[in-house]
Amino acid sequence: MGFLDTLLGRTKPVQPKLDDLFALPSAAITLEAGAGFKPTGSGSVCFRSVEGKSFSDVEKDVRDLLNVSSGNEGGLPVEVSKDSYGFTWLVSSHMSDELEALVTDLHAVNSALVDNGFGPQLLCTLVAFRDDQERRLALVYLFKRGTFYPFAPISGERRDNALELQVKGVIGDDLKFEPDLTRWFPVWGAPGL
Amino acid sequence: MARTRYAPDRGLTARMTATMFLLGLVFVAFIALIIGIGAATHGSTAVIALFAIVLGGGMLIGSLFYSDKIALATAGARVVTPDDLSFGSMARDIHGIVDRICALADMPKPRVAIADSPMPNAFATGRNADHAVICVTTSIYNKLTPEELEGVLAHEMSHVAHKDVQVMTIASFLAIIAGLMIRMAFYSELFGGGGRRSGNDQNAAVMIFVIMAASIVVYAISFLLIRLLSRYRELAADRSGALLTGQPSALKSALIKVTGDIAKIPQKDLRTAESLNAFYFAPAMGFSSGASLSKLFSTHPSLERRLAELDKVQRQLSQR
Repeated sequence: MGFLDTLLGRTKPVQPKLDDLFALPSAAITLEAGAGFKPTGSGSVCFRSVEGKSFSDVEKDVRDLLNVSSGNEGGLPVEVSKDSYGFTWLVSSHMSDELEALVTDLHAVNSALVDNGFGPQLLCTLVAFRDDQERRLALVYLFKRGTFYPFAPISGERRDNALELQVKGVIGDDLKFEPDLTRWFPVWGAPGL
Repeated sequence: MARTRYAPDRGLTARMTATMFLLGLVFVAFIALIIGIGAATHGSTAVIALFAIVLGGGMLIGSLFYSDKIALATAGARVVTPDDLSFGSMARDIHGIVDRICALADMPKPRVAIADSPMPNAFATGRNADHAVICVTTSIYNKLTPEELEGVLAHEMSHVAHKDVQVMTIASFLAIIAGLMIRMAFYSELFGGGGRRSGNDQNAAVMIFVIMAASIVVYAISFLLIRLLSRYRELAADRSGALLTGQPSALKSALIKVTGDIAKIPQKDLRTAESLNAFYFAPAMGFSSGASLSKLFSTHPSLERRLAELDKVQRQLSQR
């Protein structure tokens, strides 16, 4: 925010950065080779919905769009859920080897919102991974920063920080990682994880 | 090219600019007057003025640097981590909401403090975004739904983004100086004037009276302008907060719940909270919103005004 905007109390909403999302499939290969985590095929987009008909129309369009694309490939329909913070999650499920199709789906949601002027409402995108011991891991993409960070929840709303740092070590060079650790905020109970 | 739904409110910007311009104008006029009088009386008043500016500046920097500590101590609040269980799950819930607002707005996360108080309120303080603290009382947490609380916290985060603590502290510099000048002119008249009075001293005594009168006028004008500025900053924070969460109606219902209740609380509880008013979500004093005088002195806009402005945000967001 510029000096004048600060002085006049004007906040410019932050527009999302979408491009780096497509780096995910190649990073997933490195992640599997280096840490044994495979994509589960499900991923989600989280955004803060806006009240009013304009936004609910866009939301409906997005859902239809994803249902059509997954219908063509015999995939599962898109799930929509609202979490306890009032944020909406669109969960898209694919087969575990279709990471590229999943990322394309997620990107379609993002660009639909951006095209309709609701870009600032996007919070994060999350792609789920599992290893052989059924440990859960998500790579979270923060739209406003254009960066990724790992999130590994374990039972009782705690996170496996050691695993998260290990993941950063494995794919830190393939993806734009969030350097500020205070912004690795947890997404407890995120759908699709 | 994606269009934006988040155009700035030009009317509000213009009014805020005008207020700050007037405040600056009064300041410059005041300083010019002091310098003029100082030159006419061979420096005896200039010393007073210089002393007032140095002392006022010191107070300003001090209050800016310790704003978080002072405000938290006055409110009886304590900074909490997400794992703090002394208020039940409150610390974790507040941290969760603040986390998401920060991610949405791309802001560094402020510290979170909780005050165990029967007054439903929230405030943000700290000299910049890195030293910001957001404080909520246990009572506002219990009264509001998570969506309403999110609206309130987004309002407070907007105060942090707009650097309102800095802006309002600097804006009150003029009032601090004028207040000090009144006092010092009074004391110098009391102790400096006794006994030997030749012609030149007589002249200086008159000038000190002029300074005192001018200081009183400047103090009164700047006081009103600061209050006006504070009200505009509140409207700006309401607006940014509502645009950020996309839910103006949640903030509206929070305002109705909170301001409705505060008016009913007896004065006794408010004594310690008075000095914090400018940074609160809703003022702790129960002014009746109809009286024009109380409107002039109030740090916060009336509930009706705030609701009307949020209606505008609502229309803006639902445009096709």
